[in-house]
Formats: sequence, structure tokens, C-alpha cells
Amino acid sequence: MYVYDQYDQQLLNERVAQFKGQMERYLDGKISEEEFLPLRLQNGIYVQRYAPMLRVAVPYGALNSAQVRKLAYVARTYDKGYAHFSTRQNVQFNWPELSQCPQILADLAEVEMHAVQTSGNCIRNTTTDEYAGVIAEEVVDPRPYCEIIRQWSTFHPEFAFLPRKFKIAVNSVPGEDRASIAMHDIGINIVKNDAGEVGYRVLVGGGLGRTPILGEEICAFLPEEDLLTYLDATIRVYNQFGRRDNKYKARIKILVKALGIDRMRELVEEEFNRIKEGEGKLTQAELERVKQYFTDPAYKALENEPAALVEARSDNKAFARWLERNVRAHKKSGYAVVTLTLKQIGTPPGDVTAEQLDAVADLADEYSFGELRSTHQQNLVLADVEQAELFALWQKLKALGMATPTLGLLTDMICCPGGDFCALANAKSIPVAEDIQARFEDLDYLWDLGDIDLNISGCMNACGHHHIGNIGVLGVDKKGEEFYQVSLGGNSGGNKADDASLGKILGPSFARDAMPDVIAKILDFYVTSRHEGETFLEAYRRIGHTPFKEAVYGKAD
Amino acid sequence: MAKLINTTGLIQDTELTQVTLSEWQENSASLKGQSLELVLTSDQTADLFGEDADNFARISIEFPKFTDGRGYSAARLLRERYGYKGELRAIGDVLIDQLFFMKRCGFDTYALREDQVLEDAIAAFSTFTAPYQNDANDQRPLFRRRLN
Ligand code: HEM
Ligand code: SF4
Repeated sequence: MYVYDQYDQQLLNERVAQFKGQMERYLDGKISEEEFLPLRLQNGIYVQRYAPMLRVAVPYGALNSAQVRKLAYVARTYDKGYAHFSTRQNVQFNWPELSQCPQILADLAEVEMHAVQTSGNCIRNTTTDEYAGVIAEEVVDPRPYCEIIRQWSTFHPEFAFLPRKFKIAVNSVPGEDRASIAMHDIGINIVKNDAGEVGYRVLVGGGLGRTPILGEEICAFLPEEDLLTYLDATIRVYNQFGRRDNKYKARIKILVKALGIDRMRELVEEEFNRIKEGEGKLTQAELERVKQYFTDPAYKALENEPAALVEARSDNKAFARWLERNVRAHKKSGYAVVTLTLKQIGTPPGDVTAEQLDAVADLADEYSFGELRSTHQQNLVLADVEQAELFALWQKLKALGMATPTLGLLTDMICCPGGDFCALANAKSIPVAEDIQARFEDLDYLWDLGDIDLNISGCMNACGHHHIGNIGVLGVDKKGEEFYQVSLGGNSGGNKADDASLGKILGPSFARDAMPDVIAKILDFYVTSRHEGETFLEAYRRIGHTPFKEAVYGKAD
Repeated sequence: MAKLINTTGLIQDTELTQVTLSEWQENSASLKGQSLELVLTSDQTADLFGEDADNFARISIEFPKFTDGRGYSAARLLRERYGYKGELRAIGDVLIDQLFFMKRCGFDTYALREDQVLEDAIAAFSTFTAPYQNDANDQRPLFRRRLN
């Protein structure tokens, strides 16, 4: 994991001091509410329905145990004892006092954490594959590239007041899209060309929200050292020509649509060609410097499938299930990658208590070289667990409620905070998630259904990614009442390249209490119509929209 | 009245002949050779006149709202793409908390909005000691500057 040097730490300490000063001037009345807004946003503070929310950055999902303990401390000291993992791998606190935020940020800075640029119209936290560095399939470990992007984007002098927020995601697994890059403002696919050189295939103009659009290819192969200058050129074009008159038309996706991808490419390349050989060009020395922080930990020489594991698996069906669903192959023999699911019935997806955080930090120290990752599906990952320890780990996770063997299944939902917390919501989303979880509790049934993404957003801002759920649920307001619109066929990219798709609306919306039945009808239709081995998405794509619609609403005459 | 400053304190203004971009474009032949200040609105991008930048002793870039960040790109492009060496002034909604960015993008004078506190403004120019990126004042990003 990246470790700060004196430069990184100095910048962060100066940031803490800067925001402390800004908060003091604000409380003294020297900065107006309106002028303070972007300052607090760029320090992660969003004012929501009941209290400010503090969004702490977890750069590309990487955490160490000291950081997790600090998050637990913050949850306990300044909040109501819990924290929330978001769909951008970040952590949110829902109940801090505004005036305490500078102190929280100072506490976080002690463990190299911050809330820099987690909100506001600037370049946000870069996200990537939570399995980065531990799976054999990747071209190279994407984390050094993410760290380089993090540094380049942090306090970028030119891009602090873009037309709108700007999100970058990086994928490094060929033939897959493990970071939903097609729905980001810039999506970077790390690839190798025919000569075996590392570079990037770059997508631009993806995004969800009111106008969901998938990113288009702007560059088929960008050489490794051209990363930062190309980003500079692209965002410079956006900063000058992106719309600023209407915030719903201000994302880069609208500019790309207006100009057309070819004109956009021309403008970007014109600027890029000017700066590409300048001093801003990334160097191999810098790549090497950053990569050295992401070398393998001290793995032992171990065999796959040790006897202890084989035995425990055959003795214990529940353990075997968990292995099959929540544990995946590691690049190193004798090790495994374990996902801790934060999707227990009765708690909002992504929520963890301070006690759970402390316990998880201990588990990271004991089983996984003191490191953890957060995922864009709102789960946690222990990336380097010895296979022989899996049974012991599973027992401890079970006691913590983090071993539900449902990764990727229906109840492993993505859900935004919705009307319980968010002032923009049309409808609550958490209770819908809970109702569905309660209805589809039966593990055998969930297993039989197989891989399904169900995503819920409380309004069209789409924080819950409903457009790219195989089943998407969107809260809508009908004459002051909460209703839910269902869409089918969305896909985040998942295990096939260029396979992302946006869901199609099924029909008129439903009242909340009807939702479990609606989902049940959709699932029943899938189960009775599927071919052997066909996932929900595959079946939907084969059968088409109308039969699903009829299964829910009945046949139109 | 705005407070006119550089990074160290209040400064005196110099009188120049002010022109807008369209005035310049229509009358450049007769204006050439005078001591000129080009006053740019935020939707006027540097590519529209960059080649002519040398004709102006000062280019003032307007920030109609501090949240309108187009002026940062205009300033950098003037300095870095068109090699502009004259005075670059930030005008309009110029607030303390944007000064550090402005300086890095190549501005050298600032018409600070009148309600802003002078001492706080001067202090803001030294917010960060060693930023990560290259900028208009130093073409080297931190990775070409760092000592270790
Ligand atoms: C409760 C307070 C929250 C508020 C007020 C809020 C507000 C918003 C708004 C206004 C947008 C739309 C911006 C745009 O389209 O340009 C947005 C997008 C987004 N939010 Fe939130 N949000 C909140 C919480 C969350 C949480 C908890 C998550 C993660 C679980 C989240 C994840 C996202 C994501 C991923 C997007 C981007 C969708 C896209 O690409 O357009 N938000 N949010
Ligand atoms: S999708 Fe809407 S309701 Fe949900 S958190 Fe985002 S803004 Fe709030």
C-alpha cells in the first residue's frame, strides 16, 4: 500500500490547516454560506436531510488496519457509532457536527486519511478493482496508476471549479470491466499492445444521473507515460467548453454528445500534442517509485487446497457455501481473496458499526498483512488470506455477521441512503432493500437464482446505480407519495468487456408494499423461462423485455 | 472598490487603454502599439486571440462567479501555450480561497473583492509549500522536483 513521504504528509497537514482557517472565517461570518459551500464540499462535507455528512476518501479502496481503527474511533467519538461504505469505495459519516469536522480531518490526517475532493465540482476519488494486485488475470496492478492519478488530481490548480464533478475509474483485467469504467467521466482500461507495451484504452463521457450514457472510446491505445498529460488535455477541453448554464447538462458526457466523439478527440489531441513531450510527462522513474509500494507482501510458499481446508469444506456445508460464493482464487498458491459482505438483514447496505470496524482491523492484522479493501458493491475484502486459515476466519466473520454467503446474489444489493437521510430523495430506499432482503431470505432460493445485481436509488441522481442493475429500482414522487419504478437489463460491465448496458423501464411505478411481490414475479418468470445455466441477465437478453413486462403487469390485449 | 494586490500586498494600478475582445478584433490595426489592457469575459477562451496576446500589456480575466473555473484554463493557456509574458489580472468575484489556484495558473495581480480581508488574502498565497502538479510558474511536477 502507498505510504506517505514528507511531501504527501506536508500537503495533507497544510490542507487540514487551510480548512480549519476556512471554518473559522465561516463561523466568524467572514465567508458567506454560499461561498463556504464549495470549500466544505471539497473537504467532503455535504449537508443532507438531518445533519452534515462527512465523506472520507478511500483512494481506490485501499485501507490499512490503523486507518480502519481510526474510522471506528471517528464513528464512536463524533458520530452515532457507525459508518457507511459508499458505491465509490469511500466512507461516509452521517451525523458529525459541522464545527467538529476540522478536528475529525486532523484526526484522520494522522493515519494518512482525508476527505479531499470527495464532493464538489472537481476530480473525485479514483476507483478501481477491489481485487487489484491479487488476481492472476490482470495486465498489471492498477493501483500505482490510481495513486499517480490521485496525486495529480489532488489540489489541481486548474480543475477545482469544473462545470460539474468528475470521476475516473481504472480497470486492468482484459475482457472484463471490473470498475464500471463505462459509467465514468473518464474510464481507463490498462492494456498491452501487440508489442507487449503497457498503455491505456481511454473512454470518455460515461455517467448515470438524469441522463445515463455509456462512455465512448476516445483513444484506443495511449502509451504508459502519457497518462497525466492526456488527462490534463481532456479535462482542459471540458473545463473550457463544458456547459455551465444548467447543472443537469454540465457533465462531460453532455459535451461529448454535443461535439460528437470525433470532434472531442480532435480538440483533446490538439492540446495533448502540444504538452505531451513537456515536463508534465510521467517518467519511468516515477512509475517505479510508486510501484515499489505495491509489491507483493511476504507470501509464504504454500500449497493450494491444504488438508485442513479440504476437510473443513467437506464437513461443513455452510462453510463450503461461503467458500464458493465469497472466496475467490488468488494469484499466489495457498492464498485466497475473501469478501466480507456488509449486507445483513436489518442494516442498510454498506453500514458497519465501530465495533465491527475494530474487529475487522484485527482480522486484517491477523490474516491479511494488515490491509483491507472497500468495494464499489459496498463490501470489504481481505485480499491475502492463507487457505489453511479460511475456516478460522469464517467462524470469526460469522460471529460478526459478515459471512453471509450471498456475494453477487440478489440480496447483495447496492442501495443509496435515500429518503431516510438524503434531502434530495423522492422516496426511501433502505426500507425497500430491507423488505426485499426479508422476503428473499432463503439461501437455497438465492443460490438457485444465481448472479443478479439489484440496485436501488431514491431519486434520479442515481447514487444507487439503478440504471446498471440487472434489476433497477428508482424512487419517484407521485403527487407527494413515494412510488418505485422498476427497470430491467442494466449491467455494470462485470465479466465481459464492452458489455455494460442501461436498464429499460418496465412500466408504471409501484407502491412500496407491492415491491417484494413485483420482484417475486420477475424472478419467478426468470426461473420458469431460463435455459440451463443461464443467468438472469442472459435470460433477459434472450427472451426480451415484453415477456417480463407481461409477467408483471399481465398481457395487454 | 476592489483591492488591487499582488502576492505581497496592495499595489497601485497603472492606467491602460481598455479593450474588449470584439473591439480588439475589429480595430486591431489602429489599436496596435498602444498600451492596452484586454478585458476578457469567462466564456472567451484563449484560443480566440492567443496569437495576439503580445499586443497587450495586461490581460484581465473575469471570474463572474468564483465557481466559474474557466479563467484558470485561459490563464494557463496564455502563459504556457501562447507564451504570454505581460500582466495577468484576475477580476470579478476574486476571493481569498481561490488565490492560491490563481497564482499557480499564472495570474500575477488580483482585484480582490472589496469585502475580503487583506491579511488573510496575502497568507493564502502560501497555503501549500510543494504541490503535486506542474503549473504556469514551474513546468516540473513534484515527481521531477522531489529530492529523494
Ligand atoms: C445522503 C446524501 C447524498 C446526497 C445529497 C447525494 C447527492 C447526489 C447528487 C445530487 C448526485 C448527482 C450528481 C450529478 O448527476 O451530477 C449524486 C450522484 C452520485 N452519488 Fe450521491 N448523494 C448522497 C449520498 C450518496 C451515497 C451514500 C453514495 C454511495 C453509496 C452516493 C453515490 C453517488 C454516485 C456513485 C453518484 C454518481 C452517479 C453518476 O455517475 O452520475 N451518494 N449524488
Ligand atoms: S440517489 Fe437521490 S436519494 Fe439517493 S442518495 Fe442520491 S440524491 Fe439522495
